[in-house]
Amino acid sequence: MEVLAALLIVLIIFREPIAAALDDPRIQTWTTVFVSIMVQAVPFLVFGVLLSAVIAVFVPRSFWARALPRHPALAVPAASAAGVVLPGCECGAVPIAGSLIRRGVTPAAALAFLLAAPAVNPIVLTATAVAFPNNPEMVLARGVASLIVAMIMGWLWLRLGRTEWIRMPRRPELDDASRGRAFWAAVRHDVTHAGGFLVLGAMAAASINVLVPERWLQTLADNAWLSILALALLAVLLSLCSEADAFVAASLSQFSLTSRLVFLVVGPMVDLKLISMQAGVFGRRFAFRFAPTTFVVALLVAVGAGAVLL
Amino acid sequence: MNRQAQAVILLLLGGAVIRASVTDLYLRYVKEGLRPFLIAAGLLLVAAAIMTLWYELRPAAPRALAPAGGAPAGGSGSGHDDHDGHGHAHHEPRVGWLLILPVLGLLLVAPPALGSYAAGQAGTALSSQQQSDYPPLPEGDPVQVSVLDYASRALFDRGTSIGDRRVQLTGFIATGGDGEPILARMVLSCCAADGRPVKLGLTGDVPAGLPDDTWVEVTGRYSDRLGRDPVNDAEIPYLEVESWRQVPAPKRPYD
Repeated sequence: MEVLAALLIVLIIFREPIAAALDDPRIQTWTTVFVSIMVQAVPFLVFGVLLSAVIAVFVPRSFWARALPRHPALAVPAASAAGVVLPGCECGAVPIAGSLIRRGVTPAAALAFLLAAPAVNPIVLTATAVAFPNNPEMVLARGVASLIVAMIMGWLWLRLGRTEWIRMPRRPELDDASRGRAFWAAVRHDVTHAGGFLVLGAMAAASINVLVPERWLQTLADNAWLSILALALLAVLLSLCSEADAFVAASLSQFSLTSRLVFLVVGPMVDLKLISMQAGVFGRRFAFRFAPTTFVVALLVAVGAGAVLL
Repeated sequence: MNRQAQAVILLLLGGAVIRASVTDLYLRYVKEGLRPFLIAAGLLLVAAAIMTLWYELRPAAPRALAPAGGAPAGGSGSGHDDHDGHGHAHHEPRVGWLLILPVLGLLLVAPPALGSYAAGQAGTALSSQQQSDYPPLPEGDPVQVSVLDYASRALFDRGTSIGDRRVQLTGFIATGGDGEPILARMVLSCCAADGRPVKLGLTGDVPAGLPDDTWVEVTGRYSDRLGRDPVNDAEIPYLEVESWRQVPAPKRPYD
């Protein structure tokens, strides 16, 4: 409360300089992009949090034991496939994966779900088909490559992952005797928590959007390998919603189809706002291992898929 | 950050989102189709805030599972976090305060839709692949077309489907690569973060002396002149302007 009051006072005192700063076209564009990323993400965040609160409070643990194959190695493809039918974007998938792990789902399967859900779902694939009307193979390549990455990451976690990397904050309120109280406590906590990290990611993405002019990319497009690396990094930095990135990829026409496929496969799995949210929900030790590994795997698989399918 | 503060933040965020989506403010940032989801999400946020306050401020009901006194070392936090017996003051996410920023952005600043600065930063969006057969233009003289529609017809169909019809389009003024004014309009596929400009060169009665970001309605005919966008080296079609007038910024700023 005190923070809010102090903030309001500061705002009133510094009204003039703030207003002057906001007139600068760069800061204005930054604010527009930042606000619009947040506005776009809020519904996905809220519905993702709602679903994750339902999982955390109302779905009994025994359900997951029955729903997923007993063997973790088989649970991974099952969870990836479950990601396919759930239309959502990456902001909602993080809290859902978090509460799946909390409810005893093997982390490998929950992580495969986390990666598959935003990348391969009907809405995203339709958007890709609309954005690339002359290259329908792009849809196939995107779906196949993203599924393979999700499953590889799940299996990699089974081989190399350590449970202690995932440090989920203690959540005693979830065991509250009153289901209603536990449910709303979960919603409140997840929105402020994941939402706060989403703000961090959105600020970073807005900065990149304003600071990196597209003409820099032009010089990279001529070199096949450099362009793949450049678009992979751009996907991480721009943190676009997975439902929109196909249109941006389509407009990057100076780049090869393979490098644009890399952009589409990497983006929904590793980007600034995801890294920020994963660090918040699963802990930093996890995010700083998981994100770079996913980046490398996604890059390699997408290049491979591009070589075979495009 | 205690629970009451979280409730206030949720209330503000929900309120800001609802306010933006019942007015036309949200159209500056996202697509029109997101509106029902924004309203639903805003209402849910407000509900979460009210339920949190309700559970917090209600005379403390006995809690079956509260490990009274068994609080971890962080238990000596503020009174609000203590009184429910959980005492995990340090686990309440402080990062949640950041959510005040989008609230301020929506309620106080309400930044304008993307304009000439963003258009100058990005290459014209028409470099992407397009179909090659276009349906005939609708009735009317001059016929109202979007900047995007005109530009695609002019570029990919070399103006065949426009012929010598008079067209009328609305966009904002930006400065092109050679310092000449161009007509631009942003297209969105999801939110302003993926906004890309569609640029049109102007010949004939070019609107001169207007500052960037001025919205104009121009009437003219197809021109076979082509320019190049210095940003992504894509072709920019031209419009032969016959007349123009200044207009207020439209309610839907994006194509």
